[in-house]
Amino acid sequence: MTEELIIAGFGGQGVLSMGKILAYSGVMQDYEVSWMPSYGPEMRGGTANVTVMISDKPISSPIAHEFDTAIILNQQSMDKFESQVKKGGILIYDTNGITRHPSRTDIRIYTIDATEEAARLGNPRLFNTLILGAYLKVRPVVTLESTYKGLKKSLPERAHKTLPQNEEAIRHGGEIIRERA
Amino acid sequence: MKGNEVIAEAAVRYGCDGYFGYPITPQSEVMESLMEMKPWETTGMVVVQAESEVASINMVYGGAACGKRVMTSSSSPGISLMCEGISYIAGASLPCLIVNVQRGGPGLGTIQPSQSDYFQATKGGGHGDYHLIALAPNSVQEMYDFVGLGFDLAFKYRVPAMMLADGVIGQMMEKVVLDDPRPRRTDEQIEQECGDWALTGKKKERQRHVITSLELDPYAQEVVNEKLQATYRLIEANEVRYQTTATEDADYLLVAYGSSARICAKVVEMAREAGYKVGLLRPITLWPFPGKPIAELAGQVKGILSVELNSGQMIEDVRLAVNGRVPVEHYGRMGGVVYSPGEVFEALKEKIINKTK
Repeated sequence: MTEELIIAGFGGQGVLSMGKILAYSGVMQDYEVSWMPSYGPEMRGGTANVTVMISDKPISSPIAHEFDTAIILNQQSMDKFESQVKKGGILIYDTNGITRHPSRTDIRIYTIDATEEAARLGNPRLFNTLILGAYLKVRPVVTLESTYKGLKKSLPERAHKTLPQNEEAIRHGGEIIRERA
Repeated sequence: MKGNEVIAEAAVRYGCDGYFGYPITPQSEVMESLMEMKPWETTGMVVVQAESEVASINMVYGGAACGKRVMTSSSSPGISLMCEGISYIAGASLPCLIVNVQRGGPGLGTIQPSQSDYFQATKGGGHGDYHLIALAPNSVQEMYDFVGLGFDLAFKYRVPAMMLADGVIGQMMEKVVLDDPRPRRTDEQIEQECGDWALTGKKKERQRHVITSLELDPYAQEVVNEKLQATYRLIEANEVRYQTTATEDADYLLVAYGSSARICAKVVEMAREAGYKVGLLRPITLWPFPGKPIAELAGQVKGILSVELNSGQMIEDVRLAVNGRVPVEHYGRMGGVVYSPGEVFEALKEKIINKTK
């Protein structure tokens, strides 16, 4: 099993931390993992992306030109990464703020209204764990149990009180993802 | 763990005596992690944010003169500022570790990954006839391992060692196996190991030790140079390190180090799937350079592609080794742009495979 994933969106959306949770979750299941961020003068509001690889074999290149899955959270990232999903791969996006929807027919496309759902739940910070849960529903590369462990590992101790909410969001994310017809 | 964080972890676990640095992207996490770890409360390791890179390297010079295991880290423009000090340290035959997490240049350049300091690391950097032992890690694990290896080699030969990493490995996270922490060396151990040169406090029974890189008598300076050169020949004979992947039956060879070698490992997989017999040689020591194994492979392959994140620097050493026997071409990106495995594969086909059929 090898999963090459890109998560792309705005800085501040939790793109890098979502990748980090996933990478730690992979480690919990003894997989090889790599986490490679785009870094730069990219802060809240700018674009940010991270490439995460999870495999049962050693990972050669941490940099990819095609992805098994793309999680896309803003229009700029859609423009850039839609074409980089492998044929037969998966594209997951939040419809919020997307003006040009993906048009490819050779990949599976899913939507999740995570921005809206996080707002409805009264905690915008659950946005990225909702998405993570949605992703794991369609691409169960790690178990939910490992993900909860990965979540705990990637959060600093002072944030551990938010663990139950985030675990619930991961579970709930799996319920609200929809395959686009 | 992240590549940069692992440097800090490795330094403390190795029993490093002091780190002196000045922040610069993409390696600021080295000092940030050390400040969080507070090793001065546990092992007694000193961590100082100096007022500049020039100050940092001179603090390293001072620590090294006392036989202490001291290090600094920076990124390309910061390393340029340190080059005067590095030359002095080399001239005074002192061991230390310098980490360069390279970014794009010249000048202040970009903050994204690059390998454009190859010449600086392997051909000098500062003035005068000197060499650094230059280690190129290709994973977070090697960033960890090469802290210890760098110190060990530096002390074995009394030369400065440089770890030449880049922004990709510095910023990425991977699994790392850490070893058990070692205590810092005691004064007695330093006396035992470095007693014939280090400034450990003059004892009645011995002559004073002088650490200097200045010699006004040209004939005496030439003796210093000859000693240094003899050390460099010894290092060339003993310390060449490299790794080969799928070279046994290779028709074509990739030569790449650091993060580029990771990308090229993927290119080997892609090329083999497509039916091309491609192998990879990864220099682990950039100086001393593994010219011999490359020369041997030149007798077997039809062509060689040297792949670096620069305009073509290591290719000069590859061509020297190959000595015109087979075509050697370069592929690179500059300015902080990183190629994908697919791009490198296309370049390999265009520049080597299609031209040597």
